[in-house]
Amino acid sequence: MEKTYYNPADLSKFGNISELQPEMGRKFFDYYGEVFKEGALTAREKALIALAVSHAVQCPYCIDAYSTDCLEKGADENQMMEAVHVAAAIKGGAALVHGVQMMNKIKELTM
Amino acid sequence: MGSSVKSLKGRQHELSDAFFQLNVLQAPTQHGDQFPAFAGRLQEHGLYPLKPTGTTILQVNMGKMCNQTCKHCHVDAGPDRKEIMTREIMHQCLEALQQSPNITTVDLTGGAPEMNPDFRWFVEELSKLGRQVIVRCNLTIILANKKYHDLPAFFKQHGVHVVSSLPYFQASRTDAQRGDGVFEKSIKALQMLNEVGYGLEGSDLVLDLVYNPSGAFLPSAQASLEAEFKRRLRSGYSIEFHNLFCITNLPVSRFLDYLVQSGNYDTYMEKLVNAFNPVAAAGVMCRNTISVGWDGYLYDCDFNQMLELQVEQSSPRHIRDFNAAVLDRRSIVLNQHCYGCTAGAGSSCGGETVK
Repeated sequence: MEKTYYNPADLSKFGNISELQPEMGRKFFDYYGEVFKEGALTAREKALIALAVSHAVQCPYCIDAYSTDCLEKGADENQMMEAVHVAAAIKGGAALVHGVQMMNKIKELTM
Repeated sequence: MGSSVKSLKGRQHELSDAFFQLNVLQAPTQHGDQFPAFAGRLQEHGLYPLKPTGTTILQVNMGKMCNQTCKHCHVDAGPDRKEIMTREIMHQCLEALQQSPNITTVDLTGGAPEMNPDFRWFVEELSKLGRQVIVRCNLTIILANKKYHDLPAFFKQHGVHVVSSLPYFQASRTDAQRGDGVFEKSIKALQMLNEVGYGLEGSDLVLDLVYNPSGAFLPSAQASLEAEFKRRLRSGYSIEFHNLFCITNLPVSRFLDYLVQSGNYDTYMEKLVNAFNPVAAAGVMCRNTISVGWDGYLYDCDFNQMLELQVEQSSPRHIRDFNAAVLDRRSIVLNQHCYGCTAGAGSSCGGETVK
């Protein structure tokens, strides 16, 4: 088997992170479970946000998990791709808005 | 329909053989692991052997003939399937019902049950017996031929409860699962049902929809998806319906073929096994339903029927020998596909089993 840093089978072992630090692990998963419960936002809206964030943080495990989760929660392909564009817009915007800092520096350094 | 999919049987596919399907379900994963036996999981929760709670529903498969060839069909139904229930078997069903007053509901399925030439006669006879009749109508049959255009009026006349599959509120995913053009025709048929009064708020002409995931994933929570379906079908097409039943696709027949062909079989089974829910297991439909095959043989459910797993040997095995009291003492026949009905919130012909 080709050696890579990411193995899809590791996704199902996510819960194992508690083995080395049970207390923190438990607190994290309790919190995680609480976050994704239906609340002011629907479970589907939360899954779409998670999908967008997965792309922003470029986590392949999360992309796998939340693509499936979005499908299971009834999101359609357009909604899912729009969520990815939201992530892309924020990431792209975040890079571009620093262009103002660059422009400030240019002004500072040039005649 | 524009679908080019043929039945597994028509293609002489190895998975058209129930024995071969059961071998796939029992086989180890690609990594050599064995999925835990379903019966063992029930045993852990005090549910083994699984016993009936009392039969109240007779599900009748009127034949494998269908105008559609859906990719996930566990019946392997299609236009090329000729198996069809005879009027003689229907008479035997009526006799069984006459001696079984506790069976209040008769659930007609197929294939497209309406394609059976004795369908209307059977519905009329069932009505005379005062039983609630459910027809699992694939919707497009209503438009398939002139002779079916009056089905909504016929259903209304006999107070039939109509349950129809609509995998999604958009054409792309519906057509991918059920064939090109199915969505458009389904929408038209739903509008025809609404026109005669089906599905409207406060109407006792019940129209329920069935959602099956169009791929290797589990269904959503029923309530939230129902709200979304209602919103999208109302705003897009002025369609009303009563309930949405979310059903998990079981690894049987054409859906099993899809899972194997797409390389999703192991992960899908793993998902079902990990999502095992003892509360859902306690409410599975085989506990209050008997399934009758097109040829009159008896099964614990429609899925066991397609896997040719008849009711256990000590029970009456054909509708002509029907005896509800004896059948209610049987143990339900189980296999690995049963994980599909016990995953998450559970799955049955009436949707989630965890209320």
